[in-house]
Amino acid sequence: MIPGPFSYHRPATVADAVKLLSTLGDEVRALAGGHSLVPMMKLRLATPEHLVDLHGVAGLKGISRKGNTVVIGAMTTQHELLASDEIGKSLPILHETALLIADPQVRYRGTIGGNVANGDPGNDMPALMMTLGASYRLEGASGARDVAATEFYQGAYFTSLEPGELLTSISIPVPAAGHGYAYEKLKRKVGDYATAAAAVVLTMADGKVATCAIGLTNLSETPLLATDAAKAVIGTSLDPATLKKAAAAAVAIMSPAADARGPVEYRKHVGGIMVMRALSRAAAGAR
Amino acid sequence: MAKTHVTMKVNGAEVEGLVEPRTLLVHFIRENLALTGTHIGCETTHCGACTVDIDGMSVKSCTMFAVQAQGSDIMTIEGVANADGSLSALQEGFRMMHGLQCGFCTPGMILRAQRLLKENPSPTEAEIRMGISGNICRCTGYQNIVKAIQYAAAKINGVEFQEAAE
Ligand SMILES: Cc1cc2nc3c(=O)[nH]c(=O)nc-3n(C[C@H](O)[C@H](O)[C@H](O)COP(=O)(O)OP(=O)(O)OC[C@H]3O[C@@H](n4cnc5c(N)ncnc54)[C@H](O)[C@@H]3O)c2cc1C
Ligand code: FES
Ligand code: FES
Repeated sequence: MIPGPFSYHRPATVADAVKLLSTLGDEVRALAGGHSLVPMMKLRLATPEHLVDLHGVAGLKGISRKGNTVVIGAMTTQHELLASDEIGKSLPILHETALLIADPQVRYRGTIGGNVANGDPGNDMPALMMTLGASYRLEGASGARDVAATEFYQGAYFTSLEPGELLTSISIPVPAAGHGYAYEKLKRKVGDYATAAAAVVLTMADGKVATCAIGLTNLSETPLLATDAAKAVIGTSLDPATLKKAAAAAVAIMSPAADARGPVEYRKHVGGIMVMRALSRAAAGAR
Repeated sequence: MAKTHVTMKVNGAEVEGLVEPRTLLVHFIRENLALTGTHIGCETTHCGACTVDIDGMSVKSCTMFAVQAQGSDIMTIEGVANADGSLSALQEGFRMMHGLQCGFCTPGMILRAQRLLKENPSPTEAEIRMGISGNICRCTGYQNIVKAIQYAAAKINGVEFQEAAE
């Protein structure tokens, strides 16, 4: 379990980190919490020649609210998200989801930036970020750009990060006051990746769904936004027939891989159930 | 690969060593420092046997490089006994409640439980089970580990330990 050899770099600023990432060639990787990358290196599934450790970079941490947007630095850990009053108040679904990621030790080290940048279909944050309409700030040698979470994921471990670019922060619009939310995750045991998971954020008016967004985790090679399923529930009171219709619309866009968590049909089936559970619980919590 | 000089505090003592960048912290602790209480039980960061306390956090030392621990303050199982050499409340709890069988997971369990009790001195049974969910035990079935932690919590809080009715 010893990783292959590499050179270790510890820049102090974003500019220096970007410079290292863009000048050290193809085999350079950013090192955030290391809780996806280091296990891969131990198994020699990843063999970077250079690691650029982001732990010394000032300004990549922290949670702040700017008007109706919460901005989270890439190096903010899951543990820090869980401890944050701001997150508990304005983005309770982020708190709920962070608590379902791995175990306490992993949450002390794992970062939100690493979780969304990793591109693993099993990561929980990406589908949630799509559901919340988040955007990512990417900084490279030629400047900064903002990419919507919905545009970022292109395939398994394949994102729109260009070589040399660093994800520096995540901006999340605060959902409407009184919104209902739920992240329903089916897993084999505490700390496991999702067999299937669904994120729902919705608002209700006069007992009917007014707005709704649904995201899906580990049900395709990228996180998915189930837009047809969300459309199907708008204007309804989420009666059983509507829930079934929404689940069917969500299942129609799922294409999970068969793995140790189950065959394709099973994962799609429970994916639909996660959508129904998340919708019901979100509606029950909406005010 | 060129080696780097690292210094850190381990169990209250300043230590140093030469490491390759790829040297995992757990290997530095076991091989350079000869503190073999910290165990390696998996290759995938799942088992928690390598858990140590670093700067107020429980960390799986198999998933961090020794170079990253430069300047940090670390506690391993060798450092948890009381200053006079007597067993800490948790060590005593594991002994009294039979919280171990083979003992392989025990150092990681105790380090994790110690941090859990610092953050939450009176955890419920459910909070204890969630709190140690990153630590796998192949022997005990966890029941007595939970009791050991409840015993320690009671002792630290100065109340009498009551075993829950089965
Ligand atoms: C036992 C275990 C169970 C787990 N269970 C879950 C789970 O249930 N759900 C879940 O979502 N995750 C899970 N994880 C993964 C964990 O959440 C990781 O911490 C996370 O996926 C990656 O974050 P990191 O900070 O550790 O990133 P790293 O491992 O350091 O990096 C991951 C990748 O992202 C790149 N990267 C990191 N930060 C940046 C950045 N700022 N800009 C550009 N690229 C960057 C790295 O170069 C690397 O390719 C689990 C991990 C373990 C070990
Ligand atoms: S050795 Fe298993 S988690 Fe570290
Ligand atoms: S006592 Fe044997 S693994 Fe826990």
